[in-house]
Amino acid sequence: MRHLMSPLDFSREELEQLMDLADDIKNHPDSYSEKCHGKKLATCFYEPSTRTRLSFEAAMLNLGGSVLGFSSADSSSASKGESVSDTIRVISSYADICAMRHPKEGAPLVASQRSRIPVINAGDGGHQHPTQTLTDLFTIRSLRGEIKDLTIGLCGDLKFGRTVHSLINALVRYPGIKFVLISPEELRVPEYIREDVLDKKGYEYKEVDSLDDVMGELDILYMTRVQRERFFNEEDYIRLKDFFILTPEKMQLAKKDMMVLHPLPRVNEISVDVDDDPRAMYFTQAQYGVYVRMALILTLLELV
Amino acid sequence: MLNISGIHEGFVLDHIKAGESMTIYRDLHLDNLGSDCTIAMIMNAKSNKMGRKDIIKIECPIESVDLDILGFIDHNITCNIVKDDVIVEKRALSLPHEIKNVISCKNPRCISTVEQELDQIFILTDEENEVYRCKYCEEKYTGTK
Repeated sequence: MRHLMSPLDFSREELEQLMDLADDIKNHPDSYSEKCHGKKLATCFYEPSTRTRLSFEAAMLNLGGSVLGFSSADSSSASKGESVSDTIRVISSYADICAMRHPKEGAPLVASQRSRIPVINAGDGGHQHPTQTLTDLFTIRSLRGEIKDLTIGLCGDLKFGRTVHSLINALVRYPGIKFVLISPEELRVPEYIREDVLDKKGYEYKEVDSLDDVMGELDILYMTRVQRERFFNEEDYIRLKDFFILTPEKMQLAKKDMMVLHPLPRVNEISVDVDDDPRAMYFTQAQYGVYVRMALILTLLELV
Repeated sequence: MLNISGIHEGFVLDHIKAGESMTIYRDLHLDNLGSDCTIAMIMNAKSNKMGRKDIIKIECPIESVDLDILGFIDHNITCNIVKDDVIVEKRALSLPHEIKNVISCKNPRCISTVEQELDQIFILTDEENEVYRCKYCEEKYTGTK
């Protein structure tokens, strides 16, 4: 039995197989509509999420399976003080696979150690968000043809933004990737990403605090939201939340085939005026997330 | 001069930095050894090499103490294993791959700060720089050893 805690749990070859499967699902959805008939997905979401939870649920429903679960800690036994270990032992009796989001970092890993069913990390605090990473990789591969020789700008909250950490970890396994890390100094990538991933393996990257200066270099711009829930201090959040806003004027500085991605939800970091730009691919990216999650569910349930 | 007799079976931990023996006593969980085990702690003894040092003598079956953690605490400690009144092994200390329930994660967002009965586990992620990270949240351990 396999779980998914980090994008690195899959080798590059396994990721390619998963993305091949997602591609086939995208092109032939009807062939997969009954693959999970009789199977149940538990969505254990200890903190609010619309997109990820609904994406998982849509994925399972598209595969002919059923879903059950909870969408906040208040509506689970966590509010009564139940541990994650106990919860997953119970859920293992109710469902065939579990997607877990938790505000505490490492909670899905703890669950996986006690679980009798595959556990998918659907986001743990500011730590990892592997299914978003699979979505990002699949989007890049689908729209670019391959993941190779790209300059990727990561912009916004690079400190607490778990999608960014997971994405960097995954992208360093592909050839010719350069990173441009765009953030205010307070929200730069954590040292474990800088030291253990980028510096240690000698990857090319630079840290800047101006989006305009680097727009023209980028093949992909990955925008992120400054998340209120990651701050202990409201003042810091208010000071930093509007640091970068992508506007049509900034888009004029970008390459003609540059791609804008965003894990969503956005607040105001991408102006709605950018949405009609053909380079704005974030809604396509959200759609691709369903295909990837379908492929992941099939893979972990060994129904491929 | 204070004299403490030799041991029949167990360990002699020598060249402990002066003042550190209580920390080692705690980290090796020596307080949990059986009631028939004898422990002698010699503190602030004279040392040609170190000036002052601590020594711990532990009279116990040699399988009852896990010494791996000593490498994390201080790999300059000399660890002699005694059986039938003679030193049968001088064990070289190295950094353990995993440290369980000795240090705890300081990241307030880590699951280990709230989950009941969860072992505190740190993994050696960078041997050259002696970096340990929490198994759950990957936060680097920055406390003093």
